[in-house]
Amino acid sequence: MSDKVKIRLSFLGAIICWLLFTGSSIYLLLVQSYDMKVDFSNFFPQLCFTGFVLTTFAYYRYIITKADSLNFTDLLWKVFITGLITTLISLAIQLFFSIFASTTLVESPLTINFFYNILVGLVVIYMVSTLVVWKRLILYQKSKNLLKLWGFFEIALMASLLFDFWGIQFGEPYFQLSLVILALFSIILVFNLKWVAYLNFKQKWKGILFILLSGIYLYHFLLKLSWFVATDMVIMNLLDRVFILGLFAFLFLYAVISILVTLFNLPTSSVFEQKLKEALDFQKLSQSIPRGETKDQTYEILLESSMSAVFADAAWLEVKEEGGTNQIIRNLKDEEVNEIKSAIKGETIKAILRLELKNEVNPGKLTDDLKHSQFKSIIALPIMVQNKQVGFIVLLNEVSEAFNREMVNIITTFVNQASVSLENLSLIQESIENERYKEQLKIAKNVQKSLLPKALVNNDHLTVAAFSMAADEVGGDYYDILEYRENRFGLIIGDVSGKGTSAAFQMAQMKGIFHSLANQGISPSEFNKKANIALSQCLERSSFITSTYFDINTEENILTFSRAGHCPSLFYCKNENTVDYLKCDGMGLGMVRNSSYEDYVHSNTMSYHAGDTLLLYTDGITEAKNQDGEQFGSDRLKDSFTTHASKAPDQVKEGIKNDLSQFIGEMIIDDDYTLVVVQFKDKKND
Amino acid sequence: MTDISTENTDGIHFITVNGEIDAGSSIYLDNALKQAMDNGEKKIIADLSGLDYISSAGLGVFISHLDEFKLKNIELTLFGINETVKQVFDILGLEKLLTIEKTKEEAIKSFDE
Repeated sequence: MSDKVKIRLSFLGAIICWLLFTGSSIYLLLVQSYDMKVDFSNFFPQLCFTGFVLTTFAYYRYIITKADSLNFTDLLWKVFITGLITTLISLAIQLFFSIFASTTLVESPLTINFFYNILVGLVVIYMVSTLVVWKRLILYQKSKNLLKLWGFFEIALMASLLFDFWGIQFGEPYFQLSLVILALFSIILVFNLKWVAYLNFKQKWKGILFILLSGIYLYHFLLKLSWFVATDMVIMNLLDRVFILGLFAFLFLYAVISILVTLFNLPTSSVFEQKLKEALDFQKLSQSIPRGETKDQTYEILLESSMSAVFADAAWLEVKEEGGTNQIIRNLKDEEVNEIKSAIKGETIKAILRLELKNEVNPGKLTDDLKHSQFKSIIALPIMVQNKQVGFIVLLNEVSEAFNREMVNIITTFVNQASVSLENLSLIQESIENERYKEQLKIAKNVQKSLLPKALVNNDHLTVAAFSMAADEVGGDYYDILEYRENRFGLIIGDVSGKGTSAAFQMAQMKGIFHSLANQGISPSEFNKKANIALSQCLERSSFITSTYFDINTEENILTFSRAGHCPSLFYCKNENTVDYLKCDGMGLGMVRNSSYEDYVHSNTMSYHAGDTLLLYTDGITEAKNQDGEQFGSDRLKDSFTTHASKAPDQVKEGIKNDLSQFIGEMIIDDDYTLVVVQFKDKKND
Repeated sequence: MTDISTENTDGIHFITVNGEIDAGSSIYLDNALKQAMDNGEKKIIADLSGLDYISSAGLGVFISHLDEFKLKNIELTLFGINETVKQVFDILGLEKLLTIEKTKEEAIKSFDE
């Protein structure tokens, strides 16, 4: 059931109950006046009355608990308005009675009972709505015990409603006992007035006014009810009900206590407001950085909040920054700042102003009197970041001895919070920078990916499969293949010493060298000689590149290669079903940077047949270690290749990768590693 | 992980390397060689019998000083290289640029030739 439906149902229920209550009362009146003997007691009107009270309570509970956003003055305003309307209606009834005074109309029991019942309705509405509001005020910042106590009180109120069915009248012992119980509950509950502290000065005055009026309404209703009762003609005497009297007592008591407490709280409300402002300033300071504000804004907030916290007349703040000193001044002229600086007596404050504070200081030394024509008191506090003084804040007052220990403490917390914020700011800036580097590396990674051939050769003569993985975002492994003339291919595998960004740049250079030299169709030996000259110009002295260059002639099925210090390639001969390392002397590129390098260059030529397979790799593969620190090694690689060599190139590549990852297990390969598989086909013999 | 110590005996500067030399620890090897050069050492012997692994960055350290050693007439001899590390030297062709001996005695003798 939605809240809306509940509100409507309880409203309707209240109206029906009241109508039944009035109807039954008047019926009873008729029975009495005509002395009819019927089996009908006071029970029924009492039942309807009880129903009316409960439905009204439900109605206000839903309405007032639903309005979560209401503040205290709004709640009191509600009580005031409800009271005003109900009182006006009751005054209208009084007017009616005074206009028709001494006529038979107003002396008839029927009229009296009818209007009395209207008054009962008004009284119940006002009292119940006030009860709900008082409940909310009492239960503000509730504890478990308070909640329990209130629960008992509500049960006691309900019990008093039931108790009233017996028709026990005022003055009888049981009646008084029940009333005393309710009163005891009330006395305990009425001292829950935490909400008063949260009103500011103006709200407190408003609160006093509203509560005072609510008390007057209550008194007015009490008078009205007793007037009706005094006519001795009403069917149901409400003042003979424990519930009504108990509720009266409770509502009245809370109103009185609230007024008294609010009155006594008036003088201290400015202190509370000040503390609240300090808390808010503190929050503002701590949030200034996450909100994306700059250092300057943090300084401004620090200065403003510190000034208002200690009622300073003037202040300034100085912070040493990279580009010089940042000074923010409030209510002071530049020359006055210098005057004050020379008027300072205390050594601690002098040290603070010179930014020479080393260790913890006694808070008592931070305040001092000044010999200055305008300003008589001073507080100076150092601004520390990571245990180093970076600046200070000075607060001035025109009255001497204006600052106390308490104020120093507040400013200290402000300054500490500002320091935390400033530290956070530098951390944020660092992480933004890191993020930017990461972004740059990502770009580098994509660029490098584009340096490796996207589509590998797969034609009638050759099928190539390759795989390359960098240890970092970018790496120094390189492979490429290029058909420089029909049926003539240049193939390269290269490995730049080291890894990471510097290796990646040199790998890019290698690509440039490969594409310019291979396109000329030069021999592998020539290639290495020229590549060495080119790289000698640009490589760092401690860097070198190992590579093997292959020239493949698919017309004649001839393979020529020259190894420049790179790990020897593996060759699978299908006819003989053998796998061997291709031997050839050589030296890494960039190791010898003069013409004597040519002495170290050699090349080999061999013929191949359909189904033969060539495996190129980098040392990341053979040097990959398992958990025992054992390297994968050239023997294991040879075995693995032997197992897979007769398969299609893609499967050869995957097979070796699997064997490798099985060998290293959980370990991570801390180097760039690359595999290139070239399988030969023989067009002529097909 | 890496432990590099130096010692001077009979006019020969000994550099003993233990552990692994990778991109990070290659700086220590570089420093040891530079120090020897600054001290005017002419005969340097590197004892690599405790070297388990050397990365390309470590090899780069040896290579980077080759020209200067030649220029300043500094002789560098290595000895005690294990099989795995030797293979790395051989593949790269570095064994042709450096004097590599099996034992300490042979290394000391190499300066007389």
